[in-house]
Amino acid sequence: MTLTADVLVAGGGPAATWAALKAAEEGASVVLADKGYCGTSGATASVGTGVWYVPPEEKAREAAMASREALGGHLADRRWMARVLDETYERVNELAEAGRYPFPTGPDGTPLRNGLQGPEYMRRQRIRVKRAGVTILDHSPVTELLTAADGSVAGAAGYRRQAGRSFEVRAGAVVLATGGCAFLSKAFGCNVNTGDGALLAAETGAELSGMEFSNAYGIAPEHTSVTKTAFYNYATFYRAGGEVLEGAASQGGRSVIARTLLSEKVFCKLDQADDAAQRAMRLAQPNFFLPFDRLGINPFTDPFSVTLLAEGTVRGTGGIRIVDDGCATTVPGLYAAGDAATRELICGGFTGGGSHNAAWAISSGSWAGRSAARFARAVGRGRQVSAAGGAGLRPTGTSANVDVVEVIRTVQAEVLPYDKNYLRHGDVLRTALKELDAAWDSVRSGLHAEGAGLVPARQAAAMVAHARWMYTSALARDESRGMARRLDRPGLDPAQHHRITSGGLDEVWARPEEVTA
Amino acid sequence: MIELVSAEGCITCDKCIEVCPTNVFDRAADGLPVVSRQSDCQTCFQCEANCPADALFVAPQTHPLPEGSPEHDEEHLRRTGLLGSYRREIGWGRGRTPGASRAIGPALSPTGPPLIS
Repeated sequence: MTLTADVLVAGGGPAATWAALKAAEEGASVVLADKGYCGTSGATASVGTGVWYVPPEEKAREAAMASREALGGHLADRRWMARVLDETYERVNELAEAGRYPFPTGPDGTPLRNGLQGPEYMRRQRIRVKRAGVTILDHSPVTELLTAADGSVAGAAGYRRQAGRSFEVRAGAVVLATGGCAFLSKAFGCNVNTGDGALLAAETGAELSGMEFSNAYGIAPEHTSVTKTAFYNYATFYRAGGEVLEGAASQGGRSVIARTLLSEKVFCKLDQADDAAQRAMRLAQPNFFLPFDRLGINPFTDPFSVTLLAEGTVRGTGGIRIVDDGCATTVPGLYAAGDAATRELICGGFTGGGSHNAAWAISSGSWAGRSAARFARAVGRGRQVSAAGGAGLRPTGTSANVDVVEVIRTVQAEVLPYDKNYLRHGDVLRTALKELDAAWDSVRSGLHAEGAGLVPARQAAAMVAHARWMYTSALARDESRGMARRLDRPGLDPAQHHRITSGGLDEVWARPEEVTA
Repeated sequence: MIELVSAEGCITCDKCIEVCPTNVFDRAADGLPVVSRQSDCQTCFQCEANCPADALFVAPQTHPLPEGSPEHDEEHLRRTGLLGSYRREIGWGRGRTPGASRAIGPALSPTGPPLIS
């Protein structure tokens, strides 16, 4: 199946739907291809999120921008923060009015628009995208980009896994809104987020930024997926014997939980919530209570064991590097939005939750969609294209027996453990990187997949590549800043007040980039 | 993980097959959805939320449950009110009010706004 469109959007979450909507508003013909189902897929749809929605009042905006600058290691950019706050405010109001999202109303009658329930938000976004005339391809992961003779991106190829056949979209421009990478950790809604966009981008020569900010871990009841962490602000953490685990907290004490989990179980009770708070929590986050209700646990009175699930660059801030206000990458015709793109511009090296990521998805998606539409109009149609995909598609050596499941196991063994990725140490990172480099070499030279097998093969390749950019960048940041903390480099070094750009596939590189803000 | 597809309750609308983000279902010859790839289930509860017949149940555990678990017992799930409970909570279905419109949670800091998601 071959389609032609002005703009192809890869992905189906918030950033993808905003990109599709705004590209269509610009008059572009748009195809949206999602690996899963646009409306349920990705980190937002199942989970829900706060939104960095701040009314345009000088004091409130100033406080919002100032609040996380230190936490993010002073790598954010005030100009970007201001424009994200402006765009998010307009778009969330649009969602309320045109999208009829049923925001609650406070006791004084004012609408409360600082958060979104995932299922409701994304089902409405799907409807809006369809009504805008966008062609939606569900269960259609993009597996490689297509480029024109001048190196600009001119479409993509993929596989329709329910129809069992391949597809191709010739497009004037492509927006990558495929999410971050959580390494199949089963963090809530994140198993579709395997870093596919970053691999696609890198294969056309695009760069990444902030990949050292990739060690976010979410708290969940043990053996469950529900990594919603806001209400753990009401928690006390305990050891098995019932004594309080000193220093453990959801905010500012999560590493204590990680360290303790290396050798023993950690328990938790939300015992700081009074009756009113308990009732209100159920209304705000019904999905938070799914594990408790189904396991017969009263989280306010019964101690329950917790785990930490890797959220990688979903909740971290690293991603594809953005080089202009329209969310262009370094490759012409290629745009990045949402968690696939770096979020350093608005939160530097730390994001404590969905609020900034949600605002970024809305804003960057809208900008990328509009600029992609304009680029496509200028470039016209009918270009000659060639396929840009490498690993898993076109092995450089003799096709060998590379086991995709084994590759995934290898990469998970290097990025999921708390004592490798969370509590980072230079020596450990260097050893891990050797394993990951070897995994890449074997994938690149020997893995050859086709048909349905292409999807897991490309996911595996994307995760290996992601992990290598992460650890190469983490080593290039020879200090502790934002969430990129190093046990062997505990202090912040004023001389390293820069972002770290990275890229490359067979040869991975990372280098400093001055912050211009 | 997805643990129950009720043959009795299913109206064969294919909705779960369509919406599952990780594609765990196939349509069997009799039209019922069958869980072909349970290990791909990410325990996101989306199939359950989108099932208009409350014919699916997702257990919160991210590993499969042993045969004979109460989560496989439709009668038990009905009796305890668990079947269809997520859809009820988020207010999806005819005659229900979307939960989003009632979602006013506690504030996380004394000066902060109430949490609404």
